[in-house]
Amino acid sequence: MPPGWGGTLLVGLLHSIEIAIGATCLGLLIGTGGAWGKLYGGPVTRDLLAVYTTVVRAVPELVLILLLYYAGTDLINQVLTAMGYQRVDISGLAAGIFVLGVVQGAYSTEVIRGAILAIPQGQIEAARAYGMPPSLMLRRITLPAMLPFAIPGLANLWLIATKDTALLAVVGFFELTLATRQAAGVTKAYLVFYLAAGALYLALTLFSSVIIGRVEAWSRRGMPSVKEAR
Amino acid sequence: MSAVEAAAVPAGQAQSGAAEAIHVENLHKKFGQLHVLKGVSLSARDGEVIAIIGGSGSGKSTLLRCINCLENPTSGIIRVNGEEIKLKADSHGHTVPADRKQIERIRSRLGMVFQNFNLWSHMTLIENVIEVPVHVLGLKRDEAIAQAEKLLARVGLAEKRDVYPAFLSGGQQQRAAIARALAINPRVMLFDEPTSALDPELVGEVLKVIGDLAREGRTMVLVTHEMKFAREVATHVVYLYNGLVEEEGPPEQLFGAPKSERLKQFLRNVG
Repeated sequence: MPPGWGGTLLVGLLHSIEIAIGATCLGLLIGTGGAWGKLYGGPVTRDLLAVYTTVVRAVPELVLILLLYYAGTDLINQVLTAMGYQRVDISGLAAGIFVLGVVQGAYSTEVIRGAILAIPQGQIEAARAYGMPPSLMLRRITLPAMLPFAIPGLANLWLIATKDTALLAVVGFFELTLATRQAAGVTKAYLVFYLAAGALYLALTLFSSVIIGRVEAWSRRGMPSVKEAR
Repeated sequence: MSAVEAAAVPAGQAQSGAAEAIHVENLHKKFGQLHVLKGVSLSARDGEVIAIIGGSGSGKSTLLRCINCLENPTSGIIRVNGEEIKLKADSHGHTVPADRKQIERIRSRLGMVFQNFNLWSHMTLIENVIEVPVHVLGLKRDEAIAQAEKLLARVGLAEKRDVYPAFLSGGQQQRAAIARALAINPRVMLFDEPTSALDPELVGEVLKVIGDLAREGRTMVLVTHEMKFAREVATHVVYLYNGLVEEEGPPEQLFGAPKSERLKQFLRNVG
C-alpha cells in the first residue's frame, strides 16, 4: 500500500468494493428467493414480499441506511440485553453489507422476477414434464435460462451498489468517499482528492463493464446474435 | 439396458396379454367454467401406439397433458405402469398431485415431446440429452454422454452435439427433443402434436424418426394432425369430439369405415 493520503484513498476504495460485493451477493440471494416467492409462493408470501419491495423502493436509501443502521443496531442490542447478553458493537462492514444488501434485494427481486417471466415457459414445462424437483429446476433450468434477461438490470444494480457505498459515509463507515473527505479536509487539496476519488469510481466502473460484458456474452451463448436480426 | 439397446429390440406388435402402461378412466378436466374433458377413458398396453385425433378444442392435447399431470385433471383415475397417481384437492378446491415425489418419479419415466420442442436454450444438444439422465435419474455422466451420442446419431444429429438449439432448424430441434425423451429410457413416449410447429418440408424427417420408434414396438401416445401418418403407425386410434371419445378402434376401421357422422365429416375436412 503506498504511503500517505493515496494509500488512505485506496484503503477506502477497497472497503467500498468489499461492501459492494457483499451487498450484491446478499441482494442476489434475496432477489432470487424474492422473485421465486412472488411468482410461485402462496398469497401470504406474495403479500409480504410486495410490502418489502414497495417499502424499500419507496424510501430514500439514505433514510433506510440511517434507519437500519442506528435503529437496527439499537434493536439488536436491546434484544441482547433483554436476553441477558452483553451489548455488541456491530461492525461497520457487516452493517453496511446488510443495509445495502436489503436495498439491493428489493430491486433484484423485480429484475429477476421479470427475467424469469421472460423465459419461454415451454422450457420450464419441459423441466416439470421430466420430473425435475423444484430446487433442481431452479438451479439447472430457471436461473441459467433467466440470466441473459437479468444481466443488464443486475449490472445496473451492481454499478449503483458501488456508488451507494458512499452513502455509508454518513454513518461513519470508512469507505472511499469518507477517506477522500478526510484527505481533502486535512490537506486542503480538495480538487486533487475529489478528482482522484472520481477517477477511482470511474476505474471501478470500467473494470466492471469488462467483466459484465464477458458474463453477458457467456449467458447468451445459446442465443443467436441480435445484430443478424436487424 | 440402455435406451438405445431397448429401442433396438423389436417388441413386435402389441398383444392383448401385454401389461397396461397407461390407463385413464373417466377423466374430467375443467378450466374454470370450460369443461374440456367430459369423462374420457384411454388405455395403452406395452407396444401399442395410440393416436389421438380430433378437431381444434376437442381436448386431445389436454388429455395427453393430464397423463403426466402437466395439467391436473379435475377428476378421474390415471394409472401409469399400474401405479395410480395420487390426487388431492388443494385449498382452492383444485385437484393437484398429492405426492410430489410420486409424480416426479412417474414423470421421469414418461418421455414427453412437445409441439414447440422446448429444448433448454442454454444447453447444447448433448447437454440437453444428458440433463435428465444425470441430474434426475442419477446416471453417471460419462455413461450418459455415451448413450446420448448414440441417440443423437440415431436421429441423425451426431455432428450437431455441441450446437445450441437456437442455431438449428425446427426439424432438427424436434429430432433432438426426441433423443432427449429417449435418453430417459421411457416406459411410454408422449407426443403432443410433434409436427404442428414445423415447416411442411421438415415434417417428413420428424415423422420418419417417430415411425421408426413405432415399428420397434415402443409404447407411444401420439396427438397428431397427420392422419396419413396416424393410419400408418398407430395400432389404435381415438377420435375425440368436444371432450368425449366419439369413436375409437384400429386405424383401418376408423379411417376406412368410420361409423360416426362427425368423424366422417372431420376426415373429409382434414383431407
